[in-house]
Amino acid sequence: MNFLADPRWGEALTHLPDYLGNHVRVSLAALALGLAISLPLAILTRNRPAPRTILLAIASTVQTVPGLALLALFYPLLLLAASVTLAWFGVSFSAFGFLPAMLALALYSMLPVLRNGITGLNGIDPALIEAAKGVGMTPRQSLVMVELPLALPVMMAGIRTAAVWVIGTATLSTPIGQTSLGNYIFAGLQTQNWVFVLFGCFASALLALAVDQLLGLIESGLRQRSRLRTGLGAIGIAALVAATLVPTMGRSSQGYVVGAKTFAEQYVLSALMRDRLQAAGLSATARSGLGSSVIFGALKAGDIDLYVDYSGTLWANQLHRTDIKPRAELVAELKTALAKDDITLLGELGFENAYALVMPKKKAEALGIRTIADLAAHASTMSIAGDYEFFSRPEWAALQKAYGLSFRAQRQMQPDFMYAAVASGEVDVIAGYTSDGLIAKYDLVALDDPKHAIPPYDAILLLAPKRAGDERLKAALRPLLGKIDIATMREANLRASGNDANSSPDAVARWLWEKVGAR
Amino acid sequence: MPSRPMIGYAHVTKSFGSLRAVNDVSLDVAEGEFVAIVGGSGSGKTTLLRLANRLIEADGGSITVDGEDVQNVDPVALRRRIGYVFQSGGLFPHLSVADNIGITPRLLGAPAADITARVDELLALVQLDRAEHRDRLPEALSGGQRQRVGVARALAAKPRIVLMDEPFGALDPLTRDALGDDYRALHRRLGLTTVMITHDMTEAILLADRIAVMRGGQLLAQGTPAELSNSTDSYVLELLRTPRRQVERLNALLPTGGAA
Repeated sequence: MNFLADPRWGEALTHLPDYLGNHVRVSLAALALGLAISLPLAILTRNRPAPRTILLAIASTVQTVPGLALLALFYPLLLLAASVTLAWFGVSFSAFGFLPAMLALALYSMLPVLRNGITGLNGIDPALIEAAKGVGMTPRQSLVMVELPLALPVMMAGIRTAAVWVIGTATLSTPIGQTSLGNYIFAGLQTQNWVFVLFGCFASALLALAVDQLLGLIESGLRQRSRLRTGLGAIGIAALVAATLVPTMGRSSQGYVVGAKTFAEQYVLSALMRDRLQAAGLSATARSGLGSSVIFGALKAGDIDLYVDYSGTLWANQLHRTDIKPRAELVAELKTALAKDDITLLGELGFENAYALVMPKKKAEALGIRTIADLAAHASTMSIAGDYEFFSRPEWAALQKAYGLSFRAQRQMQPDFMYAAVASGEVDVIAGYTSDGLIAKYDLVALDDPKHAIPPYDAILLLAPKRAGDERLKAALRPLLGKIDIATMREANLRASGNDANSSPDAVARWLWEKVGAR
Repeated sequence: MPSRPMIGYAHVTKSFGSLRAVNDVSLDVAEGEFVAIVGGSGSGKTTLLRLANRLIEADGGSITVDGEDVQNVDPVALRRRIGYVFQSGGLFPHLSVADNIGITPRLLGAPAADITARVDELLALVQLDRAEHRDRLPEALSGGQRQRVGVARALAAKPRIVLMDEPFGALDPLTRDALGDDYRALHRRLGLTTVMITHDMTEAILLADRIAVMRGGQLLAQGTPAELSNSTDSYVLELLRTPRRQVERLNALLPTGGAA
């Protein structure tokens, strides 16, 4: 079978110890924390109907928040908490990765544990509680010796549900910087690497299934009062945890961490930078799939050491500027501003990845549309699609204002699907990216912006404050500065969007270095 | 009547909301006595029993156990020195027969070896085979065996008082008869003071020294079966009529010894 002979399966497998180990670690910690909070709460409220109702209502509400949103919410919350503890107690902590993921997942695990805990404790025959009192037990002895053991099977069923939920939802913790099996899925979706997507899905499903079966064995053992079943289940769980955690135990120092946002170009560039650091004898890993609001904070806090951002993005999101300056001037001003936060803007890579309004070349020619000003006349009969953030970005407001744009409909789409959508006529115009290889592939055209409503988006290399004086790092990265022109980056992105063995970020990064290394 | 009762109720009242479950009840139980409290459901007999070991707290009046007002005694300590047999055993389903029996000594902090010895002694006392039943779970026992374990558990910490809440109610007649007789023998042999609740006057007459009749929270009459038959209360007489009628019918239906 050709499909199974695909070398990307092998590549996926090499990441497994790291991704699986981290996935299990964060799930386990979240479940432990969730239990530590929920079980005492269930015990405390078992005979108090009013607090019990409120508690269950809160837990149910948390459950209705989509997992991705819950995880994303914890990041700014922890950033705020970290700044407060820094101001008051002089200690700070990382709001990135493990901590927010664990807290959000712990919150997520609470409902089934609480509900089953309360149901289990309330479901005990009142005659037995009376008997416990009658033989001379104190309330605490009654709880420990009679009520908890009798409620245990029902509680275990709740823990089992919580464990499966947590393992499933943990795949969504990749964008806030927690490595998990979700890394396969996010990277696979962004680079159209379906092998990775499948691998990630299978791995997390298998993990959830295995844990579910083993906890089920413990549960039935408790129900039937069979020590053998309970023991086998417990040994199975312990073996599973040990097997997944031990391989990653030894690797404490990971050296330089190269960050990447959630799209193909970022995956390729982070792989390229990691390779360059390794070639210079520095140990480095890539941490990919970080949300664009998370990644800058992570750099500032030193959770990642370097990444590539785009001048216009930082100009609007970090400096909160709405005015637009020429490319070189904007970068210079940005450099000064970032220096105040001790962040080093090492330089530009040489290409720009700006937003651009993109439509099929043939259609544009037929309608006589060359610029966004030409488009404005036709916009009222047209639909537009953009990525998840575009329509809430200042560029969109600026475009609408400058050209009086008003479309019939606007839709949000996964970036990689937008180009196919506009090529097939499903939408008329998309807000694409100038460096995207799919523009050439689908025979699309990026419309000119004569009023310069969209700010420049030069790819710039940023270093964390703690790396400001790191000359070895800078020396390893300098060969990349100014070397990657837009045509090369477009071709690299086009390669990365393919669905074959040569389209993995690592392979494209090697190709890119062959092209630019000699320059 | 001895000078100091083992259990003494004096003008005791207890209400649940607007319901007067126990209404001004005074009753003394002498040391070594076997008293049955008889009454229909809702008569307050179970409430009266539970007031003695403070499973329920009284609203008014006073209750003494072995001369001490129970209000001055720690309720947990009080319960540990009074045996209690529950309606359908009340055995803990997750604990073995041995662990159920040894629970009160364990709560009192007795050494494990002593508990083991005591459990074996009690199994013999309630006529259960040690090897066969010791490590079983309650679910593997018959109703009669469970109630024997219940009695053994109540006796484990060597109490001088045993309270029994309709202990034999759910058993088949043969088992019930055997268990009743066996308990009566234990009561005498160990010098226990026993208060038993039952709705069955026949059982009360056969087992108890003295019978207290309750209705609507009040104590209607108390005394030996003979004393009760002199009662003028119509309910008490009605209760006594049932066993009499049964005897007459049985005599008519069954050929008496040798006559056949």
